[in-house]
Amino acid sequence: MVEEIGTTSEGDLIINVGPQHPATHGVLHLVITLNGETIKKVEPHLGYIHRSIEKMCESLTYRQFIYVTSRMDYLSAHINNHGCALCVEKGLQVEIPARAQVIRVLMDELTRIASHELWWGAMAMDLGAFTPFFHAFRERETINDIMEETCGARLTMNYMVPGGVMQDLHPMFQKRVKDFLVLYKRKIHEYDELLTGNIIFQNRMKGVGMLDPADAISYGCTGPTARGSGVRCDVRKFAPYEVYDKLDFEEVTEQGCDSFARYMVRIREMQQSVRIIEQLIDNIPSGDFQAKTKAVLKLPKGEFYQQVETARGELGIYIVSEGGTTPYRIKFRSPGFSNLSVLDHIARGSKLGDLVAMMGTLDLVIPDIDR
Amino acid sequence: MLNEALKAKITELLPEASFEEQGQWLQCLVAPKDWLTLAGSLRNLPDLSFDYMFCLTCIDWKTHLSMVYHMTSTQFRHNLVIKVKLDRTSPAVDTVSHIWRTAELHEREVYEMFGVLFNNHPDLRLLILPDGWEGKNPLRKDFEDPINMIRL
Amino acid sequence: MWSFSQIANNVHEWLGRTFSPSMALFFEMVLAGIAVIGLFALLGLVLVIMERKVSAWMQIRLGPNRVGPKGMLQSLADTLKLLVKEGLTPDGADKFLFNLAPFIAMIVAMLLMAPVAFARDFQLWDMNIGILYVSAVSSITVISILMAGWSSNNKYSLMGAMRSGAQIISYELSAGLSVLSIVVLTGSLQISEIVHSQANGWWIFKAFPTVLVSFVTFIIAVTAETNRAPFDLAEAESELTAGFHTEYSGMKFALFFLAEYVNVFIVCAIGATLFLGGWMPFHIGNWQGFNHVMDYIPSSLWFFGKTFFLIFVIMWFRWTFPRLRIDQLLTLEWKYLLPISMINLLITTAIAILGWHF
Repeated sequence: MVEEIGTTSEGDLIINVGPQHPATHGVLHLVITLNGETIKKVEPHLGYIHRSIEKMCESLTYRQFIYVTSRMDYLSAHINNHGCALCVEKGLQVEIPARAQVIRVLMDELTRIASHELWWGAMAMDLGAFTPFFHAFRERETINDIMEETCGARLTMNYMVPGGVMQDLHPMFQKRVKDFLVLYKRKIHEYDELLTGNIIFQNRMKGVGMLDPADAISYGCTGPTARGSGVRCDVRKFAPYEVYDKLDFEEVTEQGCDSFARYMVRIREMQQSVRIIEQLIDNIPSGDFQAKTKAVLKLPKGEFYQQVETARGELGIYIVSEGGTTPYRIKFRSPGFSNLSVLDHIARGSKLGDLVAMMGTLDLVIPDIDR
Repeated sequence: MLNEALKAKITELLPEASFEEQGQWLQCLVAPKDWLTLAGSLRNLPDLSFDYMFCLTCIDWKTHLSMVYHMTSTQFRHNLVIKVKLDRTSPAVDTVSHIWRTAELHEREVYEMFGVLFNNHPDLRLLILPDGWEGKNPLRKDFEDPINMIRL
Repeated sequence: MWSFSQIANNVHEWLGRTFSPSMALFFEMVLAGIAVIGLFALLGLVLVIMERKVSAWMQIRLGPNRVGPKGMLQSLADTLKLLVKEGLTPDGADKFLFNLAPFIAMIVAMLLMAPVAFARDFQLWDMNIGILYVSAVSSITVISILMAGWSSNNKYSLMGAMRSGAQIISYELSAGLSVLSIVVLTGSLQISEIVHSQANGWWIFKAFPTVLVSFVTFIIAVTAETNRAPFDLAEAESELTAGFHTEYSGMKFALFFLAEYVNVFIVCAIGATLFLGGWMPFHIGNWQGFNHVMDYIPSSLWFFGKTFFLIFVIMWFRWTFPRLRIDQLLTLEWKYLLPISMINLLITTAIAILGWHF
């Protein structure tokens, strides 16, 4: 354990950011070595919200364990569940009905928008602007209402089951989503007016937290964090699942490598998600929403790995099966864990105020890091 | 590169390596002493360039431990799974954190959860577990904690 | 007609008739003290509820709406809560300085009330160095912040205080220089004379381009001096939790809080007095008819209207802008604002000497 109080022998100040701190959005503990305002070292201490989900899942059946994963990255709960369901289906080799596939993708993209909305507001708050938070929540509430109507929950939806989704869509779903799209398009310009175009904001973001592409890959960064450095790493493009290969959308990348590029990737990604929803909302095929599966699921002996693109990056679910009703070993490769590891690298030499901005653009969700 | 070509290339680099075909990707079994040199070649050879290690974990097989490294190339998008079989009583393997920087935190996690020692790791300390948990390895199959563990 | 000056005169005459002159002076001082403390408390309450309502309006929400009509008594309830809260003093703190700091902040804010002209001929103390007094006394604020940050024995507080020290000392320069441009135009440091010099038009219109530049510089500088967003680096709650007042609680925290709001009021009042004519109604040159109509609106309304407009502008800044970084903050002052205000002062002086203003 390092000396966490006082100063180092070189006279540098050591401060503890967290575990309770307004900028960490959870219980992340960073031990920062400072020379004046300049950061010399950032060391994460994790585990404050570690629930040992991997160990827990070893004693849960294949139907049960999916719902624990909602609590990992709670902002993209649907996508976590989706990944787990896909991984189990890969082992069972079930054909998923077309309707279920489309519903899943629709839900994923709605979740992605909701997650990016929250990120946008929270990141602006890290930079000292409070108002964007409320503007972001105005749209996010609409999505949460849609989720509530169909899934019965607003945050941890638990809607995916192996073989499809738990129940059919609410009759009002299509109308509500269309209303949301209209609202969203009417309001999206406010985001740029409020924050993106602001000169103070741009000065705070541009040229800060430089992450070159080689480092992004080496550190295992994924999602918008890596795409801000121009790395093409969208799972939906290179290993498409469900109906993503039939959809027309762009993989958003920016070449800036700085905080602003990561910011712009997320802003543009929301628009791509809207594009996906627009393509699907009128084309939900009829049919079953769930494939016929056995009551007790048993995966054959072997190893199954499934990647999905969550709002934060690539989530990997690695199931090792011994042929029983519970997984023998399960590993969640969470995007946040790898994205956090890059923080020390990009924060060295910058100012304390920028650290908060960088953490904002990495979009850290602490339960996702700790699992 | 297709699995067959990958197989040939790895056999060329390391004749002792054996392969398993059952999973979705090519699986390669490597002895702990050979792992570091193979890792360097996998990362740096231009026609392999496995530059992105997306998953690093360990499995407790009760008789032995096995490290599992999933890697891919962002350029060619071919995947490879490397498995390193470790002794259960004193597991140790060379670190690859200087080759793939992401391995640094993942190896620390494996160190505290499974007790695997990574030789030459720059900073092998507890990451997630609090102080005083050195030597207890929660993700091993024989780990028992009567207070915190609930059996279903 | 009822006006503040008339009420003051009536009280003065009544006291003069009833008591001996020294006793009358004593009672007048007591009354002035009570008035300042009352105004201080009232301003705190009004500005806090105003800030909350303004922020709620900008953030598409309702704001406080439970205590009293439309939530107007919310800040009273908050004050009650803060009064009964325990004031903690951390273990390793320098207890004397820790307890002294909030009082210094408050005393400075109270002292600054003295030269403010609230209405026509209604002023506590119309000293002939009014502006100099304001800029001199307001610099003491930094001492209270440094004291609070240092004595808390908390690294966040210390960093907040150090930031604040660098910030206030830097921005005082451009605030002073922009005030000086009015002083050279008026030729006086006395508040009443500055207000009277605007009888034929406010300075912001009379010497349009240069005074507008000083006005903008002044608003930016005083926003920084009062530690308001986007210059709230001393508090910077996403970086330093709460900066220099991290360790303060209860009434000691409330005093800092109150002092901040009263400081905002005072800098806006000074800004309104210097650039927007203080209590002077909106006059245009010698259009007697128009000026006469304007005079029907009471002077206190003019003063408070202008001041609260400026306060609104400063609140508007707070709820729209993200925070600057410490090096950007100092760059803005030393590389942009200071040279601009120096050149501006030079031009204003030339205009004043040549008489090229209305």
